[in-house]
Amino acid sequence: MSLVQIHSSNPKSRHATTTLFRIGTYIGLLLFFASLCPRLYEFFQSVAPSYLPLLLTFGLTTLSAIGWIASLYTGTTPGIKHNGTQTQGISSRGIGAWILGVLITAFYVYLYFYQDLTAAGFLPLFAPWIDIVDPLARLLANAPADQWFLYGSLYTSAILIMGIRMLYRYRHNRYHILRTLSVMFCQLGLAFLLPAFLRKLQQPEFYFTYFWPLKYDYLFPDSAHSLIQSGGVGVFMFFWGAVMALIATPVLTYFFGKRWYCSWVCGCGGLAETAGDPFRHLSSKSERAWILERWLIHSILVIIILITVLLWANEYAGRSLLGGWTYSAKSLYGLYIGAIFSGVIGVGFYPLLGSRVWCRFGCPMAAILGIFQRCFSRFRITVNGGQCISCGNCSTYCEMGIDVKAYAQRGENIVRASCVGCGVCAAVCPRGVLALENGPVKIGRFSGSDKGALRILKDSVLTRRIYEA
Amino acid sequence: MERLVIIGNGIAGITTALEVRARDPRVRITVISSESKYHYSRPALMYIFMGHLKFRDTMPYPPTFWEKKKIELVHGYVEEIDSSDQKVRLASGTAFSYDKLVLATGSKSNTFGWPGEDLTGVLGLYNLQDLEKLEQLVPNASSAVIVGGGLIGIELGEMLHSRGIHVTFLIRECSYWNSVLPDEESQMINHVIRAENMEIVPSSLLAEILPDSTGRVRAIVTEDGREISCQIVGLTPGVHPNKTLAQAASIPTHKGILVNQYLETRIPNIYACGDCAEIQNEVEGSSRVESIWYTGKFQGETLARNLTGERVTYDPGIFYNSAKFLDLEYQVYGTVQKQNPDDTHYYWCSKNGLHSLRLVERGGALIGVNLMGIRYRHRTCEEWIKQKLSVKEVLPLLGEANFDPEFSKRFEPEIVAAFAEELR
Ligand SMILES: Cc1cc2nc3c(=O)[nH]c(=O)nc-3n(C[C@H](O)[C@H](O)[C@H](O)COP(=O)(O)OP(=O)(O)OC[C@H]3O[C@@H](n4cnc5c(N)ncnc54)[C@H](O)[C@@H]3O)c2cc1C
Ligand code: SF4
Ligand code: SF4
Repeated sequence: MSLVQIHSSNPKSRHATTTLFRIGTYIGLLLFFASLCPRLYEFFQSVAPSYLPLLLTFGLTTLSAIGWIASLYTGTTPGIKHNGTQTQGISSRGIGAWILGVLITAFYVYLYFYQDLTAAGFLPLFAPWIDIVDPLARLLANAPADQWFLYGSLYTSAILIMGIRMLYRYRHNRYHILRTLSVMFCQLGLAFLLPAFLRKLQQPEFYFTYFWPLKYDYLFPDSAHSLIQSGGVGVFMFFWGAVMALIATPVLTYFFGKRWYCSWVCGCGGLAETAGDPFRHLSSKSERAWILERWLIHSILVIIILITVLLWANEYAGRSLLGGWTYSAKSLYGLYIGAIFSGVIGVGFYPLLGSRVWCRFGCPMAAILGIFQRCFSRFRITVNGGQCISCGNCSTYCEMGIDVKAYAQRGENIVRASCVGCGVCAAVCPRGVLALENGPVKIGRFSGSDKGALRILKDSVLTRRIYEA
Repeated sequence: MERLVIIGNGIAGITTALEVRARDPRVRITVISSESKYHYSRPALMYIFMGHLKFRDTMPYPPTFWEKKKIELVHGYVEEIDSSDQKVRLASGTAFSYDKLVLATGSKSNTFGWPGEDLTGVLGLYNLQDLEKLEQLVPNASSAVIVGGGLIGIELGEMLHSRGIHVTFLIRECSYWNSVLPDEESQMINHVIRAENMEIVPSSLLAEILPDSTGRVRAIVTEDGREISCQIVGLTPGVHPNKTLAQAASIPTHKGILVNQYLETRIPNIYACGDCAEIQNEVEGSSRVESIWYTGKFQGETLARNLTGERVTYDPGIFYNSAKFLDLEYQVYGTVQKQNPDDTHYYWCSKNGLHSLRLVERGGALIGVNLMGIRYRHRTCEEWIKQKLSVKEVLPLLGEANFDPEFSKRFEPEIVAAFAEELR
């Protein structure tokens, strides 16, 4: 018998490299924060070429962090290693988690209210940071950087760095490798580079991975007009948005469940699945949270549908129907739901409430996808007969707060509107009880594992052929 | 029946309580247990220690659930059963009278009277108290010896390893868990253990545990005189039924608490189920103790039916189980015996040595499936065995049983080709 021997490399030398990379990461971060001190930054600017700050902050942090992660995982055997997740530091609501939570929250408040805050006399804190990414903006978009470009750069680096962590962590499981690569690609390629490139070509700003109603204004009359007026590419963008939102969404969800979007494409999901991974177990599993979830998410869906319909009705009535009323509804939604809920609470509270607060309680796109998934979709999580030992790993690591084991221990499949199909419950189960599957809607969708799901039949045709040959 | 008292809130006792409640909304149900107030999953003990889970995560039902189900939970130790007065008395002095009494007291870790087995630093792994002991020992330990191997031994090894303690397994056989597993699968476990830099000392027996001057463990000595220094000794040579209470109450016991196929003890209105029960089959003249999770569940369910007016014998169905050896998953369906001249084995192993499948045929019918690093569907395998399909008939169907995650490499084409060759 041959066996790949996966001997750990010398732990001492591994420890030394880890420390080195860790220090690099800290220095990068320190320089990044130190640059907020205007004097220091001005001095730096006066002596160094313009791209050096970018390299010393973003560059150094990203590379060292990747090295740090790599050195942590080399020499370990592939498999689920959640050792210490619930007892150590940042992932268990320790002091570090609170500090991180406050920092991210402050960042989001400052970001969304930047103009107001600086107008009100607050320091334009981000100015040095915007300066730092400016060379990148000029390179990619041929335009000066603004706070949103800064945000995009930070967001993308977070997904890339922590995405690499996910790739290491789940290197024994192809489902996780593929979906992590997918969210990394969607963020970097489609939500960061492509929009910048379009700007370079003087085309409208557009994100091909976000659809109505998450990106609510893509189906608002204003955007429709401005996109269509901007000519060829804009027309394509508008139709892409409309077709994806109204046709592709139900069709893809029928075949694959909401996961095709929530844990393969979406940027919010992408951040949750990568940067949010250390915090996934913090989601509340209580019955009350489930009730709150259903009320909130569906109310928000109703509100955004109403606003959209009203805006179009108003449009047809020659903008006379409701006067300014629809517009204030639109901007209030943008402020409270689009900014405060999805950003400030949704991401700021990662270290305290878990990684999918927005996706679970707020996102209207998740609400629609969830309705499709629950009512007509081939997707389900199948439970393998009576193998469940009620250990609770699945429920604990479900970022959507689904009490997976409540189903598994009864031998029932999991068909829940909120399930984003991340597959982590199945990966952490020590008895291999759970499998994400797309199967016939009519056969065995709710009952435990039986034969007959299509995926299985395909295999058996294959084996039959080989056997008969 | 008006008042049901259950001793032990493990899977067997709790399943009895829940299944009785489902059939009878009125009966008063009291569950008395000394380890913890709330039912938790014993197999999850290791994950609490390793920081994967908190204790509350291992509770199959939330605390509020018991009120809803009107099941009274008492956290206490039953010291005495008075079967003539139909009463039980707790260590605290409180007494509960019962119409029917269920003993679901579980198991205790085996020890074999080794010299030094009571020293500080020696422990088994069975309950929450063992975890507490372990937490206290770990900060002052750098190496541990685990005696007895088996399913609990490997879990204890992984737990200690996760805290940076060097682990050595002392095993009686020449390969890990070879008393149960066929050689090839057992070898595979040796490999994954060694790949984690843990050690196995094969074919050796424990002679003695040596103390230091403060009465703590300093080392162990094997029967062939080898001394291995360590600060923790894990004794995991299996478990035996916890029959202390039953014996004190003169309820007939042998290996476990003796019950018939209806799970009744010899004393009227007293029943037993789960790990603590030894089920006798009067017809066959055989008896068995089953100490795994799902049999506890099945026994609890059978007992509940018998307590609520039905009369059914216990039928465990076709055997199945699963476990994990570090990162290596293991599943078994049906009967896989190591050496039985009546059996034909079909064994396949992947090139990297981390995935294998074994089909066992007896009298032209499939009787067992053993899997390492591959997951198969429980119901499908059960169906094959029930229908007495031959290996030849099963081969074209193998793919139907695969339960591995999406996008995983499928080994069935290779397996089928290999077995077809053997069958030719
Ligand atoms: C570490 C470990 C891992 C395991 N992993 C697996 C696995 O992966 N798969 C599997 O199938 N099986 C596994 N098992 C075996 C499985 O956990 C047991 O078979 C099962 O828990 C037995 O359930 P039970 O209800 O019979 O008894 P128990 O779970 O032992 O419950 C009995 C309870 O009764 C209480 N009690 C006893 N006497 C008294 C008294 N006089 N007064 C009050 N209370 C009392 C005890 O405190 C205990 O809490 C594992 C066991 C251990 C120890
Ligand atoms: S149920 Fe499983 S797949 Fe669905 S969201 Fe929860 S962890 Fe992810
Ligand atoms: S992780 Fe697996 S064994 Fe544990 S409760 Fe969930 S389904 Fe059951």
